[in-house]
This record gives sequence, C-alpha cells and structure tokens, in this order.
Amino acid sequence: MPISLKNEAAIAGIGMTEFSKNSGRSELQLAAESIKAACDDAGISPSEIDGLVSYTLDSTDEIEVARAVGANDLTMFSRINYGGGAAVGTIHQAAMAIATGQATTVVCWRAMNGRSGKRMGQGVSGDVTSSDLVHWSWYMPYGMLVPGSWISMIANKYMNEYGVTREDLGRVAISQRNYALNNPRAYGYGKPLTMEEYMDSKMIASPLCLYDFCQETDGGCAILVTSAERARDLKQKPAVIRGVCQASTRGQEQMTSYYREELMSLPEMELAADLVYKQAGLGPDDIDAACLYDAFTSEIIMQLESFGFAKRGEGVDMVRDGALDIDGRLPNNTHGGLISEAYIHGMNNIAEGVRLVRGDSTGQPSKNVEHVLVSSGVGVPTGALILGQG
Amino acid sequence: MSQPARIKPPMGHDNAWWWEMAADDKLGIQRCSGCQTLRHPPRPMCGDCRSTEWDAVEASGKGTICSYTVLTHPQFPGYEYPLIIILVDLEEGTRLTSQLVGCEPEEADFGLAVEMVIQEDPDGFKLPVFKLAEAS
Repeated sequence: MPISLKNEAAIAGIGMTEFSKNSGRSELQLAAESIKAACDDAGISPSEIDGLVSYTLDSTDEIEVARAVGANDLTMFSRINYGGGAAVGTIHQAAMAIATGQATTVVCWRAMNGRSGKRMGQGVSGDVTSSDLVHWSWYMPYGMLVPGSWISMIANKYMNEYGVTREDLGRVAISQRNYALNNPRAYGYGKPLTMEEYMDSKMIASPLCLYDFCQETDGGCAILVTSAERARDLKQKPAVIRGVCQASTRGQEQMTSYYREELMSLPEMELAADLVYKQAGLGPDDIDAACLYDAFTSEIIMQLESFGFAKRGEGVDMVRDGALDIDGRLPNNTHGGLISEAYIHGMNNIAEGVRLVRGDSTGQPSKNVEHVLVSSGVGVPTGALILGQG
Repeated sequence: MSQPARIKPPMGHDNAWWWEMAADDKLGIQRCSGCQTLRHPPRPMCGDCRSTEWDAVEASGKGTICSYTVLTHPQFPGYEYPLIIILVDLEEGTRLTSQLVGCEPEEADFGLAVEMVIQEDPDGFKLPVFKLAEAS
C-alpha cells in the first residue's frame, strides 16, 4: 500500500529574521538565525535537526547551515527547483521523509538578500547552453527579461477575456496592504495604500503596475516539520499537514507556458488543487483562509478559480465582494503576502498559514480557522499545502 | 563606442537552426518527421510520437495577436521602449513570442492580423518581428 501523507507530519515551529531592504549580513547567517528561531518556536534544540530542504535558488549549502546551527547528522537533504514554485514543495519533501522514516526533524528554509544582494528577475544569462538557457533564449532577444514581462502576457489575456480591470487588481493589492498595516514584520506596516495611489503608480508591464508586484526583500524564513504525533507534545499548537503536493503539467514552461491551447487558466495549479484536496479528503468549502502565492496581484484572482473557490471567470467577483478581506469568505494573505509583507519566495506565506491555524496572526479572522490552503509559485511548476488544527 | 545591443540567444543543438533561418530572412517552424506535427518552441524529441527526426518548414509569416504586453520598466540597454511584446498565432497553427514594431502601443490589440518582418540590428543580428498587417 502506498503511504498517504495525510496527517503524518506537522509544522511545529516557524522562524524568521526581520524583513528589510538591507540585512547587513550573509545569507548563511539569515538562514541560521531563522532556523534557530524555528527551533526555539517549537521548543527543540537545533541539534535534533536531521533533515534540511531548500530551494535550488538558495545560495547556502545545507552542510554550511548544519555546521552553523549545530545540527544532528543529516539523513535527508533536498532542493526544489523553479523559484517560488519550490515553496510548499519543500514541505512535501519534509512530509515524505517523516512519513517514511527517513528523518525525524526536518527544517525547510529560504534565506536571501533579495534586495541588497542578488535581486530576482535581473535578466537571465549563462555560459552553458543548458535546456533552461535555451528556454529563456526564446524571450531574452526580444527583451522579455524579467518576471513582470512574462506574467503580464497571461494577465492581459485573462483580464481581457473576463472583464477584469486594473481597479480589480488594485483591490487585491489594497486588501493585502490592509492586512500588512497591522503586521510589524511587514514592509506595508503602517503604510496605507489608496486606490488613487494604485491607479497613479508607474506602469511596469501593462496591465501590471508597480503595486501589482511583490516586494524585494532581505530576510530568512524557516519551517520545522516533524511527526504529527511528536508535534502534539511540543511547545506550539501543531499545524498538521492534511495534504501537500507538487504539480507540473503538459505544456509546462517556467513562467512562459504560452503555447497551450488556452491561456486563461493555470493548469498546474488546477492539478495541485485536485491532488491536495484528494489527499486531504477536503474541498474548497472546507478551506477557511488561504495564503495564495502572490508574486503578482493577477495571480490571486486566477488561483481562486484554480482551487474551486469560484467558477472560471468569476474569481474577480469574490475580490469585488471583499471575500479576501478579514471578515470575508476566504481571508487571504493575512500577513500582507509577498506583495506587502516580504518576498521570501513564499516561505513566509507558509509561516502565515501556520499562524492562522494556531490563531495568532496579526490578521486573524474572528471565525475559527480549521483549514488553511497555501500555494507555491504561479506560472511555474508548483504545489499546494493544506494545514489543519491539531 | 559601439551601441549597446540586445541579448543574443545562446546557440545550441536545439535552437541554433531557428536563428540561422532568421539570419537567412526566414521564420522557421520545426516539423516532426515521424508524425508531421509542427512544434514551437523547438525540442529534440516529439512529445507525441517520440521521434528525434525532424526538419523545418518556412512559415508564411502571417498570424494574429493572441496576447500582448507593453514593457516600460525596467529598461535594459539594447532595447527600445515602450516595447510591445506579442504572442502570435501563426496561420500554420503554432504560436510564438515576438515583438510588434511600426506602431504605437495603443494600436496593439487582441486578434489583430500581423505579418512577419525581419529586423536587422546595427550589429547585423537578425530576428523575426511583426507589424500590423495591411488592411485587406
């Protein structure tokens, strides 16, 4: 019998550095600090860590991290590709390792000087003619060098098809900024965003303007995963992994899946939805809040459809109805998200999912949050995670 | 001082031929020799019949705009802004990413007919771009 990952593992600790535009220290130090913080949060010693998972884009080697934090012998270490598409994929690795006995205490981390150091999306180049470089070669000569240029092509098509306006994207940006107003970690802490400011902001890649984009951030975020059974005896209320998956599908490219028959949906996210709901034995009606990956505002609206919260073309109605706000049907990115808290490649969205299940987010809805959905990057091979109470 | 130039594609086994056709003023489409399926972007194996044999056909250069975006920021050396990027549905059935030239950004729209022209940069590099088709 295959092993189901349902309820096998739980997130027992989350840890973060501060989020800033210039951390003044190495990415290794940011990783070590956030991992130590995750262990402190769980109430265990870093000397118990026997598994480490990060992103292929992370610059810090597992063994450097292990020496820095004084980890145990490592029996599992792994990396996930595709930028923010790795986010919940790291949790997937951890859950598989724990369910199969390959490790007992796995930390997933992402630490980056994403503003002061190597900024994401500064063009793609390389010396080795790899398949990845050849992929980008269809875009680089034409001047499509950055994520906004790639995603705007899909956003424009989708918005034109379903009557989604710039104001609608503005509503997403403002909803998330409103959450960030109360979150001291957030870039948007105490900085309100008005629709007028949104509409007047600089156009970057039409129809996307400045406020449709996520932050660029220096910081680290770590997530400690252990068995659900053990998590119940640790310091925090556990966020049990009901389901977690990775998903990539036909016609998949990294950011430029332009050659599918139609471009108004996210097939990889629909696959992730199908897999994670099946694994968890849950459906969209069971999800109380979400942290949908938000490198760009348009991605939120499309994901509402991918995950079955709205029918095709009707995601925008939820946004207009305030469904993503704190008293709405699906409070979303209650920390401010990548757009208004920080861009730690989606790891910080997983941390917020944990807070929502624990009930201690700065944007905690008044209703009971039994289940939270978290997604990985949009427009890339991706994944989904459902966390539940105890 | 030479002018800044656009980023050149790396030339590998799987893509150099397409740029060589462009240098010869042609827009190429890869065709599977096993099942005759046209594919773009090119790949070394057919995902339908798994044949690694292929040749290339020359596209008519006629198509319609499937989607577009106008890039204004950030501005990289070697490119002119605002830069209109389009996805073109070629009449042969494949789709490619290219640039719309010879018109204002406001003129770009979904479904408009376009036709390929070869653009030659000051450094001699050639790439297929598109302009709005003459009204018929």
